[in-house]
Amino acid sequence: MAEPALKDTDMKDSGLFDIVLVVNGTSYALAVPARRLLSDCLRHDLRLTGTHVGCEHGVCGACTVLIDGVAVRSCLMLAVSADNSSITTVEGLAGRDGKLSPVQQAFADCHGLQCGFCTPGFLTTITAALAEDPDPTPEQAREIIGGNLCRCTGYQNIVQAVLRAAELITQTR
Amino acid sequence: MFGEPVKRVEDDRLLRGQGAYLDDLGHDALAAAFVRSPHAHARITGIDVSAAVDVPGLIAIYTYEDLTGRVAEPLPMLIPHPALTAPRTGFPLAADEVNYAGEPVVMVVAEDRYLAEDAAQAIVVDYEQLPAVVGIDAARAARHLVHPDVPGNIAAELVQSHGDAHAAISAAPHTLELDLSIERSASTPLEGRGVLARWDTESGRLRIWTSTQTSTGVRAAVAAKLELDLAGVDVITPDVGGGFGVKIVHPWPEEVLVPWAARLLGRPVKYTEDRAEHFVASAHERGQRHLVRVGFDDEGRVLGLDVRFWHDNGAYIPYGLIVPIITSTQLLGPYKPGAYRVEFTSLYTNTVIVTPYRGAGRPQGAFVMERTMDAIAASLRLDRTVVRERNFITPEEMPYDHGLIFQDGRPLVYDSGDYPAALAMLKALIEWDSFPARQAEARAQGRRLGIGLACYVEGTGVGPYEGAHVVVETSGKVKVATGLTSQGQGHQTVFAQIVADELGVPLGDVAVTTGDTRAFGYAVGTFASRAAVMSGSAVALAARATREKALRIAAAALEAAPADLEIVDGAVRVKGDPASAIGLGTVAVLANPLRYAFDEAARAATQFAAGSSDPQAPPVPAGESPGLEGREFFSPVRSTFASGMHAAIVETDPDTAEIKILRYCVVHDCGTLINPRIVAGQIHGGVAQGIGGALYERLAYDEAGQLRNASFMDFLMPYVSEMPQEIEIDHLQTPSPLNPLGIKGAGEAGVIPGAALFASAISDAEGFAITAMPISPSDLFELRQRDQPAQDTDSR
Repeated sequence: MAEPALKDTDMKDSGLFDIVLVVNGTSYALAVPARRLLSDCLRHDLRLTGTHVGCEHGVCGACTVLIDGVAVRSCLMLAVSADNSSITTVEGLAGRDGKLSPVQQAFADCHGLQCGFCTPGFLTTITAALAEDPDPTPEQAREIIGGNLCRCTGYQNIVQAVLRAAELITQTR
Repeated sequence: MFGEPVKRVEDDRLLRGQGAYLDDLGHDALAAAFVRSPHAHARITGIDVSAAVDVPGLIAIYTYEDLTGRVAEPLPMLIPHPALTAPRTGFPLAADEVNYAGEPVVMVVAEDRYLAEDAAQAIVVDYEQLPAVVGIDAARAARHLVHPDVPGNIAAELVQSHGDAHAAISAAPHTLELDLSIERSASTPLEGRGVLARWDTESGRLRIWTSTQTSTGVRAAVAAKLELDLAGVDVITPDVGGGFGVKIVHPWPEEVLVPWAARLLGRPVKYTEDRAEHFVASAHERGQRHLVRVGFDDEGRVLGLDVRFWHDNGAYIPYGLIVPIITSTQLLGPYKPGAYRVEFTSLYTNTVIVTPYRGAGRPQGAFVMERTMDAIAASLRLDRTVVRERNFITPEEMPYDHGLIFQDGRPLVYDSGDYPAALAMLKALIEWDSFPARQAEARAQGRRLGIGLACYVEGTGVGPYEGAHVVVETSGKVKVATGLTSQGQGHQTVFAQIVADELGVPLGDVAVTTGDTRAFGYAVGTFASRAAVMSGSAVALAARATREKALRIAAAALEAAPADLEIVDGAVRVKGDPASAIGLGTVAVLANPLRYAFDEAARAATQFAAGSSDPQAPPVPAGESPGLEGREFFSPVRSTFASGMHAAIVETDPDTAEIKILRYCVVHDCGTLINPRIVAGQIHGGVAQGIGGALYERLAYDEAGQLRNASFMDFLMPYVSEMPQEIEIDHLQTPSPLNPLGIKGAGEAGVIPGAALFASAISDAEGFAITAMPISPSDLFELRQRDQPAQDTDSR
């Protein structure tokens, strides 16, 4: 979040603000109301519906995206505050060749998802954490996912997936 | 494939963010929002929409007065029962009275959700508040009534008995009485409810996408409400972000109103429930209070059991008596109760409706029965496992008839199970016999450890039926459709496993569609751990029929007897002769005699092709139909009974009363396993919800009927930090004789023994009986004060 948020004076007559979001490497110019949530902007303006909204109050983590590499809950951020940021959503995690990222692959290997609704938030959260420390202990793996809710899996296989992803990352280095 | 831990075919799409959940659809749709009652009980005295009409983007505002035809009638009473003498269901929009905080009063449709919320906020509803009835005690006291024409707030009373329990208890050498209660929780899927409807003006057809557990149920209900032909309504269940029971209810007010408005406006309309709404406008479960009298002999054998309980059904009762009926029958678990009598009263309260949540009345039943077993053990100073063992139904006694009527209206007859074997496995897994030494050792260090166990039996795979269609396309790819819906269970994978085996094709060639009435129009739904049993069996039967047809057609082409053929890797061949193989795609071509060749392969099925059919016989033989396909239904005589036992070791903090789970062990019997990886995942998730229900989750209503913790900040669902390091699982496989695959349901099992298990383990750690769940550290601290006010000092 390098740039400061837009000021009131940037508002156009339409009541909209011009912003630029770079999402998964593509630059989008948008005009949005000040109150538009980043999660709604991604989902409904850009139709990147992989980012899910589970609680709208920042507790469940399903809406987590990476903003300049940092995991952020997009339901707690206004789209205008993300102006000029580089955003990675779940759609941007796989390689350009379509290959699943290590974290995605680990979820498939470990049965780390059931209904899949919370999954994008886990994937982005874990991706950011492993970028910082690619070799977590099992205890650290639990801490990494400690702020995300899943109602299906009981977390057992998600913890395994974190460790498996770390293995895959190490192997590819 | 069957029985192997195959990786899920659903995952690739979901991992890429390419899932399509309800709110991911309909970007062109108008948005609906609702004005909901802020009061638990009130009369509506006026609705003023004048401030809302100028809100930009507003399309329409609807109140009860605007509803037309059958939409203005109460929502359907889904499961009638003779004992349900005072059934009440709500209106899609409140008519003149609201009966719970959250009940929809006004519907707003606008260009987008933000604008719809703006308009909703500008609408003023005047209420005359009425006294709220909250909780079982207030409902029983009936100083105030939820519905003025329902005396005593009593929706239903039901008695079932087998033998003379009162006489058996009177004559028993020992008797005990227990007063047990369990509070409200809720399914709480990460995705709330949602519905999108498109009315096609030109064709007069309605298409609905809804986040449901029954697309055929919604189709029938909405068609009835909107007075449309069933054939004119399609219901499609997209990816569903969890259900756990709550999404079996239908039609929700919104599921009627959104299609109704879409037809009226001639434009697509979508409603996506938000989290706050989900807490106050969907459904809850679990709230019950039980009084138990039990008579038993010197060995701890139960001679008579009398259970009287009260069930809080909330403001309305659209789903009937299913939850208390399940509690009253499944309470018995793996035990022979001697004589049994159960009587329940289902009570109205001014709270959100109560409908099945994973486990569906069984967690309460298991809690009651297992607390009773523990109480018997304590009073006779017997090991808790010994008392259970002495009361078990033995494998030799199967099938075992309890002499009661189950939730499907059929006799409660257990089909199979081996409870003594399961208990032996569980004791070995958790090292039951060596625990007292470990407990004493910890105690010497000032640590409080406790061990507990809890058993359950779960009737799964209830009828009436499910069906499936299997078709082999001319490409050789196999398309499978079944009508029930998926909410993350992995049905696409396990049904494909079944078809791959039955038909002899690679797993990757099989694609499964669920919950789409266009693909399969006859179905019941996904609940009661029935999908694998019901649709799994139907899919197997349809695949077998397809296989037989393939063999008949190939036999004619190969000039061999069908019995001499086999299907290997997607090709039919004479047994042991790979050179004779004809791909199933080619068989599919031959299965459909053609006039017109649509591609090269299709030429073989046209009328002038060499070796085409016998000119003296009809091209489609009598009794056959075109196409390489099979369509079959499975309808078992009654439910199949899965079972299991959980054990846990907990540590309670002597000062803070914090409850920590040191070990969690599961022995699980769901008959033959289709996919052990998926079954383990189901158990993990169930256990997490069981832990939540036992230690964290409660819906805290105040006396005025306001839900005080309607957010994820305050309603505490387990994060990973609340889960044990490991859930240790051992599988026992006692096949069911009631279906072609020997399977039993697995979806709900994990959650059922949670409250019973932790009550048992915490009681063991603390030395006094836990009689109410869930239990928080504060609750436990207060219980300690009550039990032994001076205990603090000697524990340090």
